[in-house]
Amino acid sequence: MEVDDTSPPFVVIVVRGEVDIATAPKLREKLVELASGGAKQVVVDLEAVEFLDSTGLGVLIGGMKRLRGLEGDLTLVCTQPRILKVFEITGLNRAFTIYETVDAAVAG
Amino acid sequence: MDGSPETVLCLEIPPRAEFVAVARLAVSTAVKSRRLLADDRVADLTLALSEACTNAIEAHYAKDEADRVSIRVDEDDERLVVTVQDSGSGFDLMDLPTHPAVTDPNRLNFERGLGIPIIRTLVDEVTFTSDDGGTKVTMVLRCPPSLVENGAVALIDLDALDIDAAWDDESGQ
Repeated sequence: MEVDDTSPPFVVIVVRGEVDIATAPKLREKLVELASGGAKQVVVDLEAVEFLDSTGLGVLIGGMKRLRGLEGDLTLVCTQPRILKVFEITGLNRAFTIYETVDAAVAG
Repeated sequence: MDGSPETVLCLEIPPRAEFVAVARLAVSTAVKSRRLLADDRVADLTLALSEACTNAIEAHYAKDEADRVSIRVDEDDERLVVTVQDSGSGFDLMDLPTHPAVTDPNRLNFERGLGIPIIRTLVDEVTFTSDDGGTKVTMVLRCPPSLVENGAVALIDLDALDIDAAWDDESGQ
């Protein structure tokens, strides 16, 4: 997981590997840390994610709620059909704004 | 295989989060070794398994770590059957939350409880049995007969292989 804050006001979190019950807490901690530190516009880049389950979804929902509560937002970058399918079958593709590239996400 | 179920994999994992990835790898490898399945179907089953294992491990949080979560893969002519059995505290299926529609802003109040709907969407059949002694999730994927039964060699397109060139290289010609 890497954090790129070179496109203010956006902070980009690049997530890699598998996001499940074992690893999702690290993402949650990072989102809480960023929100507590004043970040409002967070982009989570899921392009390098190999697996995501409902635990990961829960963390992303929690982050989005927290940031929207601060009048910010959490948006996603993802083009991988296998990962997008998890959002589609839960209907969460309609709750999140999902971009194809980080450039598009930080352009708003 | 004579139509009666045959066990492909038996696995016991400690009820700890880091072992869910082990279960995913073991089950997906076992399934791919026995059936000619599209990658998407394997991915669906792997995700459903991950959800079932996550629920099993969470059910063990308040219990003895010496307990184990059992995972089995069985097959017959028409089906793969993946079973996840825990000895956690069990749950009442009638008490599962009903999520608001995705267009309802209250939908975002549900960070948890997505696992069972995901399982139901991804596998062909699922049954849950749960009591004070634990929960058993049985997930069924209907799929073609096993590779082993059919003879894996028959699945290779021999015309697409450049066997002569390989033979020439091997013999030094």
